[in-house]
Amino acid sequence: MTYLSKTLILCAGLALAACTNPDRFDNGNSVDLNNGAGAGLAGSAQDPTSAAYFQQAVGDRVLFEVDQPTLNATAQSTLDGQANWLMTNRDFTAVIEGHADEQGTREYNLALGARRANAVQEYLITQGVAPNRLRVVSFGKERPIEICSNEACYTKNRRAVTVLAAGLGS
Amino acid sequence: MMRFMMTLLAALTLWAMPALAQGNGPLRIEITEGVIEPMPFAAPDFVSDSAAGQELGRNIASVIAADLSGTGLFRQIPSEAHISRITSFESPVQYADWRAVNAQALITGAVSTDGAGRIVAKFRIYDVFSGQELGSGQQLVGTQDGWRRIAHKVADQVYSRITGEGGYFDSRVVFVAESGPKDQRAKRLAIMDYDGANTQYLTDSASIVLAPRFSPTGDRVLYTSYETGFPRIYVLDVANVGRRELPTLDGTMSFAPRFAPNGRTVVYSLTQGGNTDLYTMDVGSGASTRLTTAPSIETAPSYNPDGSQIVFESDRSGTPQLYVMSAGGGEARRISFGEGRYGTPVWSPRGDLVAFTKQSKGRFHIGVMRTDGSEERLLTASFLDEGPTWAPNGRVIMFTRETQGAQGQASLYSVDITGRNLKAVPTNTGASDPSWSPLQN
Repeated sequence: MTYLSKTLILCAGLALAACTNPDRFDNGNSVDLNNGAGAGLAGSAQDPTSAAYFQQAVGDRVLFEVDQPTLNATAQSTLDGQANWLMTNRDFTAVIEGHADEQGTREYNLALGARRANAVQEYLITQGVAPNRLRVVSFGKERPIEICSNEACYTKNRRAVTVLAAGLGS
Repeated sequence: MMRFMMTLLAALTLWAMPALAQGNGPLRIEITEGVIEPMPFAAPDFVSDSAAGQELGRNIASVIAADLSGTGLFRQIPSEAHISRITSFESPVQYADWRAVNAQALITGAVSTDGAGRIVAKFRIYDVFSGQELGSGQQLVGTQDGWRRIAHKVADQVYSRITGEGGYFDSRVVFVAESGPKDQRAKRLAIMDYDGANTQYLTDSASIVLAPRFSPTGDRVLYTSYETGFPRIYVLDVANVGRRELPTLDGTMSFAPRFAPNGRTVVYSLTQGGNTDLYTMDVGSGASTRLTTAPSIETAPSYNPDGSQIVFESDRSGTPQLYVMSAGGGEARRISFGEGRYGTPVWSPRGDLVAFTKQSKGRFHIGVMRTDGSEERLLTASFLDEGPTWAPNGRVIMFTRETQGAQGQASLYSVDITGRNLKAVPTNTGASDPSWSPLQN
């Protein structure tokens, strides 16, 4: 468990946006990063100004076709909701994490995840979110959320997740 | 941290009879002609006056034998079958006894400790059937905990004198040690001998680390780490494990670094606005130069041995393919034309071949092609093989193999460029992204 504890310490120290990412550890591991690292970020899903509400009610992620960064209608609808929420809750910034499934080399998947994160960032900006509130990062195939090796899992792993962080200047 | 570069005083004292010209004797393996029958050899324990020395002599002989057998080109005659016992390094070899057990090559040695506590090893290599020594005897001096390096150096000499190729046993591999399930995998940099011995960890697993790459002399390692939350390139000094981040632009990602043969320039991928291009950076000054400007993905660059050209991966044609361009950038020519997707090209240290990862029909392969793209040959096939790295002599490739499914694990494998001798490389944990060092001095 040293891995987890070190990560928690790192997250607390940097107040890093990526640390609130619920993908990082599965829930069965009973490590609640939202309480530990992102103090005050998560809140209750009943509270429409909370990060938990953003994750669960608005939807923090969009999915992609194989090898593509294209945003389909479902993804655009989710991102419309994200943009509205972000423009209402201006205390938050966000890191958009791009991910790929395991089909492909490490390097190519890093670049592909970056394309996906960038597509989300550009969409949110066109919807009115200030560019300086959004950062992008790619994890390539390093952080799948589902771990089987077939399309049922791959479809969920080809994703971009908008991870909320503390606000500007905090 | 322990010192990695022990002072191996390879005095190479020549005290034996005049050398046979290398390769003139009948004891010869032509690697390129595809060896089917491994050459039988005997490597009796190195003799010693002391009990501690005898154990050391046994260990050294055992590592020599493992190195040679591990190539698939040699086959050890077990000591139980030996008729003759080597009791003195200076006594004449009983060729008839070694012929009788069909040992074509015989390696004898003696080990002792000098006044400074260092190991002194002497060895000779014999061509049993022609009844002659093959090359000259040599003497190697090293530290007590460097005995495996002495053995590897002897094995490199045997391999080199019999095949005419450079050896690769006295070398190291830097890689990513992995533990935990796929969705929360912990990764840290590790370094080991080429055969999996002497593993040491270079980073902790607090952040994801990827794709370490040795410098041309093996003294430094480039790698990518997420310790800032974003992928950035670091350079690590192997001897003292000191590291520093290379300069980067805010809001960008940088990854896939590799040294140029001059050891000063790094070529790498930089992603800005979703677009990944190739850049170079002078490690000393931090000054960077952009090499490509296409809206496509350009990544996984690798220099040719003289540093004049770069082979890389790009999806400018619609799928990832391999391209070669001048090291200063400019027009690139595509070299991969087979069916499938190509990635992670690596120029061989001999300059003759490019190793690559190929994805085709749901399978992954490690392959090699000539640098103009001709004579493509696939060496492996599995659910996921990727990331080849060359042995110092350009005859063997090590790579990552990841198994399928929720329990999938990554491990290291090696294969000859003939496609023979595919085998797992032993590691303490899961392992990926190997980078093979040059031969040590």
